[in-house]
Amino acid sequence: MTTLLEVEELSKRYGGLQALARVSLSLGEREILGLIGPNGAGKTTLFAAVSGFVRPDEGRVGFAGRNVVGLPPHAISRLGLARTFQLVQPFPRLSVAENVMVGAFARHPAPRDAHRHALDVLELTRLDALATRPAHTLSVGLRKRLELARALATQPRVLLLDEVMAGLNPTEVDETVAVVRRVRDSGVAIILIEHVMAAVMQLCDRVAVLHHGELIACGAPADIARDPAVVAAYLGEEIH
Amino acid sequence: MLRKAGLAALLGAAVAAPAVIRSEYLIGTLILIYFFAFVGQGWNVLGGYAGQFSFGHALFFGIGAYTSSLAFIKWGVSPWLGMWLGAAVAVAVSVVTGHLSFRYGLRGAYFALVMLAFAEIFRVAATNWEWVGASFGLLVPLRGNAPMLFQFAVKRWFYYVILAMLLMATAGVARLQRSRLGYEMVAVRENEAAAAALGIDAYRVKLIAMALSAGITALGGTFYAQYFSYVDPTIGFGSANSIEILLRPIIGGAGTIWGPLLGSVVLGVLGEITRGFVKAYAGLHLVLYGVILMVAVVFLPHGVMGLWRRH
Repeated sequence: MTTLLEVEELSKRYGGLQALARVSLSLGEREILGLIGPNGAGKTTLFAAVSGFVRPDEGRVGFAGRNVVGLPPHAISRLGLARTFQLVQPFPRLSVAENVMVGAFARHPAPRDAHRHALDVLELTRLDALATRPAHTLSVGLRKRLELARALATQPRVLLLDEVMAGLNPTEVDETVAVVRRVRDSGVAIILIEHVMAAVMQLCDRVAVLHHGELIACGAPADIARDPAVVAAYLGEEIH
Repeated sequence: MLRKAGLAALLGAAVAAPAVIRSEYLIGTLILIYFFAFVGQGWNVLGGYAGQFSFGHALFFGIGAYTSSLAFIKWGVSPWLGMWLGAAVAVAVSVVTGHLSFRYGLRGAYFALVMLAFAEIFRVAATNWEWVGASFGLLVPLRGNAPMLFQFAVKRWFYYVILAMLLMATAGVARLQRSRLGYEMVAVRENEAAAAALGIDAYRVKLIAMALSAGITALGGTFYAQYFSYVDPTIGFGSANSIEILLRPIIGGAGTIWGPLLGSVVLGVLGEITRGFVKAYAGLHLVLYGVILMVAVVFLPHGVMGLWRRH
């Protein structure tokens, strides 16, 4: 399997807090990698560092044949690495289709082409019925889906999804799981930060676990669920 | 279809107006309404679409007025050419002010104040510089009816010039709104981080918005100088002028095609009414502006346009 994204020894410190401590990860083609860990483990910081929103203190991020550390976010996005935000950030006064269109412009400069591609993405993400609705009228669940659609419209090779299922009801989670799977099948590699474990177990080829900024385990979902270090991180040490 | 017919009817009425209206005073009122709609459209590109609230657009207005007037007075250059020189100088200055503001991430009130400061620097410099007329300003020498020199004996021709300028600016902004650049500006306005995540270089987009905005506003400055044959540092670069420029697009609806014109019509009509009622109290219309602005900001956050675009 060819490696699309290679995170090597990435570190980030905020004052006395070590948000990331020499984290290394790799992502292969058409792979879905789950990224889990307790709150404050450094998952979102890792996304921010990889996508250029935060500059890591040390380490490198190999993507598209180069080290992208130091590049601004828009340049990394243009290389084919898209992300969503944990706190959704739609363009509230634009319609759903226009929101996605803004992403589509990255590969389709002509407005007509961008609009057509946006409609395709809306269909793939099952948002087509809402195309003309202003984004600020959507429910949280649909906003999360829009966030995903917009990132997808940039036609990335790697997609970083930050808790796109948090706060959704079980039906919405199932829908989103199906959408993520379709996106992967269309040829995109995905890293997924998620607390909804049922979704993680269903979707992910591998799962990586962060705790206090350190990568404490990485492997098949079933093995991770049995890993003593992971259990301890979530539930605390066993009492002897 | 209905929309197109309505626009055609409005345009027909605007073109026919001088033939029907006999009052020079009324033509003058319409000229000012169009004029403020025009410079408001200039502000609208940066302040409305790209969401960068400039409180110092008099900077570009003054540069346009001064450049064309100086080129005419000192070297005999026709203001028709001078207005493009003015626009070019304004664009050059805007790239500098834009770079200094946006490279260092100034937003909101900080950006507004920096723009105000730049305009003030130019006002103070113009006031103290003998070559540009110092505090007295510049009188554009009158040559009678000289269309080639942007001078007309009857107001009607100024009316058609500013109407044509307004039409072009409005058509340009309508085109911008549907273009990639227009969407990128709105994306940067609505959420800069999200825009960056989608591959948009916010710095570049804001700088382009600034340059377009400055160029349009400067063209308005030349029109003003030719129409009144006069410009001085306060008229050109003063903060009161900056406020006049941003007032109409905000009241009409910032970031919309028709907002600047709508706001200009509303303020123009209200201004005439108050002037009629209270002739004795000079400057009362400024108090009225303040009240209207407060009401608009509190009750119409998206301007008058927001009334029928409400979702």
